[in-house]
Amino acid sequence: MTLSFRVNGRPVTVDVPPGRRLLDLLREDLGLTGTKEGCGEGECGACTVLVDGKPRLACLTAAIQVEGRDVLTIEGLAASGQLHPLQEAFLATAGVQCGFCTPGLILAAHALLAENPSPTADEVREYLSGNLCRCTGYEQVVEAVLRAAERRR
Amino acid sequence: MDLPEIVRPRDLADAVRLTGEGGKPLVGGTDLFVRLRKGAERPPFLVYVGELPELRGIHETEGGVEIGAAATHVEILSAPATAQLPILRLALATIGSPALRHMGTLGGNVVNASPAGDGLVPLYLLGAQVNVVGPARERSLPVEEFVLGPGRTALQPGELIRSLTIPLPRDGAHPYFRKVGRRQALLIAVASLGALVWVEDGAVREARLALGSVAPTVLRPREVERALVGRPLTVEALAELRDALSSAVRPISDLRASADYRRRVSGNLLLDLSSLASG
Repeated sequence: MTLSFRVNGRPVTVDVPPGRRLLDLLREDLGLTGTKEGCGEGECGACTVLVDGKPRLACLTAAIQVEGRDVLTIEGLAASGQLHPLQEAFLATAGVQCGFCTPGLILAAHALLAENPSPTADEVREYLSGNLCRCTGYEQVVEAVLRAAERRR
Repeated sequence: MDLPEIVRPRDLADAVRLTGEGGKPLVGGTDLFVRLRKGAERPPFLVYVGELPELRGIHETEGGVEIGAAATHVEILSAPATAQLPILRLALATIGSPALRHMGTLGGNVVNASPAGDGLVPLYLLGAQVNVVGPARERSLPVEEFVLGPGRTALQPGELIRSLTIPLPRDGAHPYFRKVGRRQALLIAVASLGALVWVEDGAVREARLALGSVAPTVLRPREVERALVGRPLTVEALAELRDALSSAVRPISDLRASADYRRRVSGNLLLDLSSLASG
């Protein structure tokens, strides 16, 4: 099956088996290993990517569902080599520890700030509620998102 | 992990034909892909109906709202037409997480027929109709007749849900929805209670209740609904019906909670309707 879509602003056309998951397409076929597989069944949020700007779980998305769409992965945030303000804020607050959940958290936060540029701490917690982190205890993550929001203003 | 082959139908008629050949309709995949991964289901192929315009709209009809089977929870939550259905919005806003609400659909919630389906609770309260399209004809049946048991529906081979029609409730209904479970997000309810209550001169004029996760399907405890009429929404008055509600439910024990706990929580949730009196 031939599939055309955009990933991180770049048009791609790939030939994939008709039952390919978006997660495997990104990681195995396109080498974009920033997107992580945690639980594989929609409970952890580690594989969150943005499709047309909206958060989606790549483990529960078939490749065919992004035909003609715009996919943003963590690699797309620092495409120019310069870290995105969200990435810098996660580093500055120690919102990153082992790092496995970080790409998903940052992309979910990116979608939140696009919808709501000045969220409250509770709104951040609510929006990131589908992204599990076993290291940070979330405090630094929430702080990072609020900090990035402030920087953007 | 690869999924079964996925085909994209040209139009609704093509989707019906492919479903008739054994294809399983796919929209959000939030439940289906999990079941495929566990091997709980092995359809020969999937039919991706998520982009068929016939399944996508949300619009007002005479006296209600029609929601296409492929409309996502976020689309339903933000559609102007559903502003008149606050009970629907309350329940859908508790589903999964933001990403899952962007993916999952109310049609999928109905076809899954899970007793824990949060989206089913408001549909039972509002008396929604399920509009089904199949090879021979279209038909429409009440959600309570469509859902037969856990994971079992009245869908015949080759049929799929086209849309849901939800009648508007009479003016003045106080909406209530609460689910109980072990965490706040991605929560599969241990028990949930949804309600529409009309109050007049400090007493209940009409009450509709629907409980999730405490019976093989979402349950309307009609005797308790009738017994509520004429009572004030005070904790004391509601407490008199607590045991009646606990015995109306038919829960099972599973990995999330015991049947006995579910029975008790159901009764206790009833007391929380007192929060409507101040609202």
